[in-house]
Amino acid sequence: MGREKILLAHGSGGKLSYELIKGLFLSAFENPVLGELDDSARLDPVEARLAFSTDSYTVKPLFFPGGDIGKLAIYGTVNDLAMAGASAKYISISFIIEEGFSLDALRDIVDSITQAAKHTGVKIVTGDTKVVEKGEADQLFINTTGIGYIRGGVDISGRNGQLGDLVLLSGSIGDHSTAVLSQREGFQFQTDLRSDCASLHCLVKEMLDASTKIHVLRDPTRGGLATVLWEVANASRVGIVIEEERVKVREEVRGVCDLLGFDPYYLANEGKLVALVPQSEAERVLEAMRENPLGREAMIIGRTVEENPGRVLLKTGIGGHRLLEPLSGELLPRIC
Amino acid sequence: MKYLDEFRDRRLAEALVRRIAQTSSGRLNLMEVCGTHTVTILRNGIKQLLADETNLISGPGCPVCVTSNQDLDKAIAMARHQGVILASFGDMMNVPGTSSNLQKERAGGRDIRMVYSAMDAVKSAKANPDKKVILLAIGFETTAPTIASSILEAHKQGLENFLVFCIHKLIPPAMKALLEMGEINIDGFICPGHVSAIIGSRPYQFIAQNYRIPCVVTGFEPLDVLQAIYMLILQRREGRCGVEIQYSRAVREEGNPTASKLLGEVFEVCDAQWRGLGMIPGSGLKLRGKYERFDALKNLELQIEDSREPQGCICGEILRGIKEPFECKLFGERCNPEDPVGPCMVSSEGTCAAYYKYNPRSE
Repeated sequence: MGREKILLAHGSGGKLSYELIKGLFLSAFENPVLGELDDSARLDPVEARLAFSTDSYTVKPLFFPGGDIGKLAIYGTVNDLAMAGASAKYISISFIIEEGFSLDALRDIVDSITQAAKHTGVKIVTGDTKVVEKGEADQLFINTTGIGYIRGGVDISGRNGQLGDLVLLSGSIGDHSTAVLSQREGFQFQTDLRSDCASLHCLVKEMLDASTKIHVLRDPTRGGLATVLWEVANASRVGIVIEEERVKVREEVRGVCDLLGFDPYYLANEGKLVALVPQSEAERVLEAMRENPLGREAMIIGRTVEENPGRVLLKTGIGGHRLLEPLSGELLPRIC
Repeated sequence: MKYLDEFRDRRLAEALVRRIAQTSSGRLNLMEVCGTHTVTILRNGIKQLLADETNLISGPGCPVCVTSNQDLDKAIAMARHQGVILASFGDMMNVPGTSSNLQKERAGGRDIRMVYSAMDAVKSAKANPDKKVILLAIGFETTAPTIASSILEAHKQGLENFLVFCIHKLIPPAMKALLEMGEINIDGFICPGHVSAIIGSRPYQFIAQNYRIPCVVTGFEPLDVLQAIYMLILQRREGRCGVEIQYSRAVREEGNPTASKLLGEVFEVCDAQWRGLGMIPGSGLKLRGKYERFDALKNLELQIEDSREPQGCICGEILRGIKEPFECKLFGERCNPEDPVGPCMVSSEGTCAAYYKYNPRSE
């Protein structure tokens, strides 16, 4: 059993495909909408505004401290929906699998997907599996697309930042990238660092319970905190000033960054959010964040300003300042 | 002592900045030779913070940046050679050669692997006995000992398929060449910390003695750099010219004798071609006769294209400290980290990449 591999026939639409779908996916993701097994999932009509988001997931290694590609694929899309103030309801999932991939590993990933879906209350209602020849994909790629209902009275967008808003960050930055990097071939960092991979739907709900006047929510995934802040400053045409001292970076993360020449402001996070909130609401929202385990280390890290619209100024820990520019190019480890 | 927080302490930094302001009696041209210092200076906003007291000039201390186009074209030719695995450090991948780069070559099907240490390349050679594994050995004195030990390890294991393309360079001869060119007026050198951990502080003595320029061997945290700048200003003010060690937690006057011995065993000094600085006598390392069989250049027949420097790129002048990236017509427009024209825009330690990212010009 343990040596079973995915074969091209698992994706051909024939008997093996059927067994894989029925035996693995259907039994794991079980729900009435998926159970109809039609070409399309049919969803009930709703009053709410809808949020709709898609993302493809590739990560190396597939399993890392604190998570795996399956958990990432669910939480990532649920989080994207949450950043519009929406709670995720339905999700589609597509697998592109490289021939020869371990069936056991796939089972573990499906298991993790099931748990993540259960935790977030999202239903997997449609899906697809393709198997490609060895070498045509790197082990496993997953795409998820989600639909969520936007809470009434809420208007959250990257364009909604206003003068006088405070910038809130839910916790430390760079944990995910560093945890994944430390597991790559060739690195032998001994850290206890885990990915922060988490679903932000509860945190967002509690923040919105505290105030529906939140202007902007973003999760700083690829491109990191710097890129997200820059995007918001641009879309909202405001300047943003950040106090470096207030941005938490774990010591292990700083160590790894120093070694490889990376900057934690550009590293991906998978369970953090940035919020722009009117000053009058900020304390209340911050308090709500800190009561949730995912926001325990939340801080007000800065504010919007009139000067330099579209730019993000970082006041450095030693009293200097510099501009935070968006990520450019690719992060490549340095020589010395 | 955790070695990070202590060297990023705001109160201590502010006290040092005040002292620098009090001690200073005119704006000094200080050159940070090493790219890691450039990053510390820009990332922490030190350049603007001390703009009244110092003009901080970036020097030729990014190994990727000073690699000549010709050497890059040779590396590309090696990657194209039948049956070769080229092992390279990450930040070499994107450096443009005359008409290609390693990333493009990899996308075109060449076997180019990113390694994090020289020993990874030795392992790769052992695991792929039917291929020739070539380590693209670039860097300064800091990384040269690791290359030396990989060669000794391959020698010990009797590996026949491990080769090294050695374009390692030495820092003090480049500093001398820079001073001899006479293009730039330098009042003090912020000397590289990690290079000096290997070679010690004595190799800079000639700069203090012959050129009357103070030197301070410096660590890489913001407080290290601030303290070193203070030490340089003090030397100037008191009319002294010496080589001092600020980075005393890592550097000794005599350097690291074990590493130096390793270097002497495997390498001998040779002339080397630097981008921007040209041929500098005694500034490179080549394999000693005993280890020649590991020399990729001597063991492969290569078809190398005619090398040309990219048009309009002023990386050479930037590496010599006579121009700032903002003075380049290509900077930020035609040349950016996504699509770099010159090597200084590639490595995270490169002057142009650091200026692009940390933009010390605007408020």
